[in-house]
Amino acid sequence: MHIPDGFLDTRTAVAAGALAAAGMAVALRHTRAHLPARRVPLLGLAAAFVFAAQMINFPVAGGTSGHLIGAVLAAVLLGPSAAVVVISAVLIVQCLMFADGGVSALGANIFNMAVVGGVGGWAIYHLVTRAVKGLFGRVLAAAFAAWCSTVIASVACAGELAASRTVRFSVVLPAMAGIHMLIGVGEALITAMVLVAIARARPELLKPDVAAEPRRSYGALVAYGGVIALGLALFASPLASRWPDGLDRTAELLGFKGNAAVPLVPTPKANDELPGLGWGALETSVAGAAGTIVVFGLAWLLARALVPRTDRDGTAAPPAGS
Amino acid sequence: MRHDFLDRYSRLASPIHGLPAALKLVSALALVLTVVLLPPSRPVYLAAVAVVLLAVAGLSRIPWPALAWRVVVLEPFVLGVAVLALFQPGGWRLFLVLIAKSTLCLLTMVLLSNTTPFSDLLHVAKAWRMPPLLVTTLSLMYRYLFVLVDEAQRMGRARASRTFVPQRRWAWHAMATVVSQLFIRSSERAERIYAAMCARGWR
Repeated sequence: MHIPDGFLDTRTAVAAGALAAAGMAVALRHTRAHLPARRVPLLGLAAAFVFAAQMINFPVAGGTSGHLIGAVLAAVLLGPSAAVVVISAVLIVQCLMFADGGVSALGANIFNMAVVGGVGGWAIYHLVTRAVKGLFGRVLAAAFAAWCSTVIASVACAGELAASRTVRFSVVLPAMAGIHMLIGVGEALITAMVLVAIARARPELLKPDVAAEPRRSYGALVAYGGVIALGLALFASPLASRWPDGLDRTAELLGFKGNAAVPLVPTPKANDELPGLGWGALETSVAGAAGTIVVFGLAWLLARALVPRTDRDGTAAPPAGS
Repeated sequence: MRHDFLDRYSRLASPIHGLPAALKLVSALALVLTVVLLPPSRPVYLAAVAVVLLAVAGLSRIPWPALAWRVVVLEPFVLGVAVLALFQPGGWRLFLVLIAKSTLCLLTMVLLSNTTPFSDLLHVAKAWRMPPLLVTTLSLMYRYLFVLVDEAQRMGRARASRTFVPQRRWAWHAMATVVSQLFIRSSERAERIYAAMCARGWR
């Protein structure tokens, strides 16, 4: 999902860079205010951990292999703001040390993977854990959030590519979202299995008071919500508008017509030149919704399989001795 | 250890390696920006940039095969996105321009990262007033990256030496355990590092 140089036009790169800077500013401010000094080194170590963990390959069918992305794992283990800092650090190092992901696209990559993927994934995790308690709930929530975070980040990425007029939205959205729906399944499996393994070995690392920051900080959450909503409005709402209009068209819609754009209605011209590959926004949305429900069910089954029955009933984390 | 491919050439001695890091960073960023902004109708400019980059690569004394390999390894990501451009009218031309531009930017960044140690770039970032927390995180990450990759490889070797049979289900189980152990060890190491930092008068 790392966007290379040359695929984003100036407006998109600058807009995404500004959004990423805003998200990182919130994250750094929030982390500095709430992170105890003794946990500052953990940010750097966690970033190195995510980088090293991405090098461990999990075998998938047919000789291919996948690896952890880690945004949701970091958010679950450290909290959303720390996760934004950690994933941004990973992306900066990958960009400057290994040329993985372009410099001009660094803002976009940070926005997609750290801000949207990390905070968005954490929000989903947080909502599900409020509904379903215990280790079972945490594993279910982490698996589901890992899938959602991967897919949402890929949609944001597709939106940026389309807004830059590099690729047509009706081509790039199904391609990116489709591939990442599969990748997300692997991410969900790995995240859940790693979480269960950590809970077995060191359950105290998963207790809320050990998390790097307090759970409740509405100011930061509102700021993140604003940044993500603005980004999705800029990049992902060309769902409704037709190639080749990206930011201009959206700005026009936002400026002159309010929220008149209903992003779910497919425009007839959007896919007329590409039978087969050009899925309309409606089909994509319906497929996405169905996929999300199926994945939630799968995450439930996965959590049932991974979490032993004795831990499932309790509302708290498993006892320290187990 | 097998991770020396991560950062092998950034400390060579050459005219390019000797330049100040800030100058290299600024010129690399300027070059990338130029390439991105160049009009697709004039491939001549792209060729000119390519000549400049190849000259820099020659001066930097980085072995050509290593340089080519770094670019080729990263090329699939470029191709993966660029292929999507084929699915639209006039896509071939856009496809070729995208590939050319991305490869040039890739070469620029590979040259930057292979001629400038990351710690020097961090000094520049610090001088440019990057938030201190981010600088601390980045420097700790760079310092312990290699340690943790080593640690992961040691765990992998230990697992292999215990006649691990790679059946898929158990492979995933074993890998997940390795990743979780890696996190546990990282957080323990972070505690020790904090104690060491305090002992040396940090803050």
